[in-house]
Amino acid sequence: MEKIKSIEELRKLREHARESLKVRSGEAKVKIMVSMGTVGIAAGARDTLMAIISELEKRQFHDAQIVERGSLGLDKEEPVVAVERDNKTIFYGKVTAEMARKIVAQHVINGQIVSEWVIAKE
Amino acid sequence: MKELSLNILDIVENSIKSGAKNINLEIEEDNEKDFLIITVKDDGKGMDNEFVRIIFDPFTTTSTNKKVGLGLPLLRESAENCGGGIEIQSEKGKGTIVVVKFKHSHIDRPPMGDLASTILTIIATNPEINFLYVHKVNEKVFKLSTKEIREIVGDMAALRDVTILKWLGDYVRENIKTLYGGEENGKN
Ligand SMILES: Nc1ncnc2c1ncn2[C@@H]1O[C@H](COP(=O)(O)OP(=O)(O)O)[C@@H](O)[C@H]1O
Ligand SMILES: [Mg+2]
Repeated sequence: MEKIKSIEELRKLREHARESLKVRSGEAKVKIMVSMGTVGIAAGARDTLMAIISELEKRQFHDAQIVERGSLGLDKEEPVVAVERDNKTIFYGKVTAEMARKIVAQHVINGQIVSEWVIAKE
Repeated sequence: MKELSLNILDIVENSIKSGAKNINLEIEEDNEKDFLIITVKDDGKGMDNEFVRIIFDPFTTTSTNKKVGLGLPLLRESAENCGGGIEIQSEKGKGTIVVVKFKHSHIDRPPMGDLASTILTIIATNPEINFLYVHKVNEKVFKLSTKEIREIVGDMAALRDVTILKWLGDYVRENIKTLYGGEENGKN
C-alpha cells in the first residue's frame, strides 16, 4: 500500500513547480474561468473544474491559469466555462466533465475552438 | 443540492464574493452526540442587521444579474428538515459567520459527498485567500491551511500549478478517507 502523503512532499514538488513557473514569464497564455454560483454548482460546475485540472495535469500543460468568475446570468447554460486565449474569450455552455477534457485538449492547449459547444464570444 | 459538500462550496462562494481575505471552514461530526456542524467564518464586507433579517428570503440577493438568491434559503430548509438549523451572524465591515447544524443520523440528511473536490475547488479558484479547513470526526482531526502551504511552496503562483493542485487534491482526499475510517466519504 502506498504510504500516506505527508505535507513535506510538497517541498520536493515546489522545485518542480519552480521550473515550470520560470518557463512562463508574466501572464499565463490561457485563462480558464468556471462560474461557481449556486446554479452552476448545482449543475455540476465543481466536477467540471476537477476534470479541467486533471486534464491539464495529465497533459502537463502549465501555461493556463484558473480564475474565478461570477455567474453570467446564463442559468440555463450552467456549468459555463470561459476560455481566454489569443485575445478572445469563448464561452461554452452545459459543460460536463467529459466536454471539459476535450475543451482543454483542443482549445486550451491547441488553440482550436470547439465550435459546436460555443454559446457566446467576447 | 445532492451533497453537503456542494452546500459547503456554495456558502464559501458567498464568502469569496464578499471580498474575504481569510476564510475558515470547520466541520465537526460526532456520532455519539449525533450532530454534524458546518461553520464558515470570513472577514469579508459583512452585512447589517436589517439585511441579515431578510437573508433567507429567496428574493434577497445583491447579485446584479439575477433576481433570486436560493443558496441560503434552500440550505436552511434542508437543515431544518434534518433536526438542525442555520444561524448567521454578521457585522458590516467585519465579516460573517454561518453555522449550519444537522442531526448526523437523520435519514434525510444529504451525504457529505465529494468534500475533497470542494476543498480543491476553493483553493484552485482563489489561491490568494488564506483558507483554513479543520475537520473533526469524533476524536480524529484533519487540518489544512493554505497560508502554511504557501509558505512551503514558496509563493502564491505555485498554488496555481496543476501538479501541485493535483497533489493537494490527493492529499486532502486521503486524509478525509482516514477521518472516516477508510470509507469513501460519499457514504457518510
Ligand atoms: N458571507 C457573506 N458575506 C456577505 N454577504 C453575504 C454572505 N453570504 C451571503 N451574503 C449576502 O446574502 C445574499 C444572499 O445569499 P444567497 O442566498 O447565497 O444568494 P446569492 O449568493 O445567490 O445572492 C447575497 O447576495 C449576499 O448579499
Ligand atoms: Mg450564494
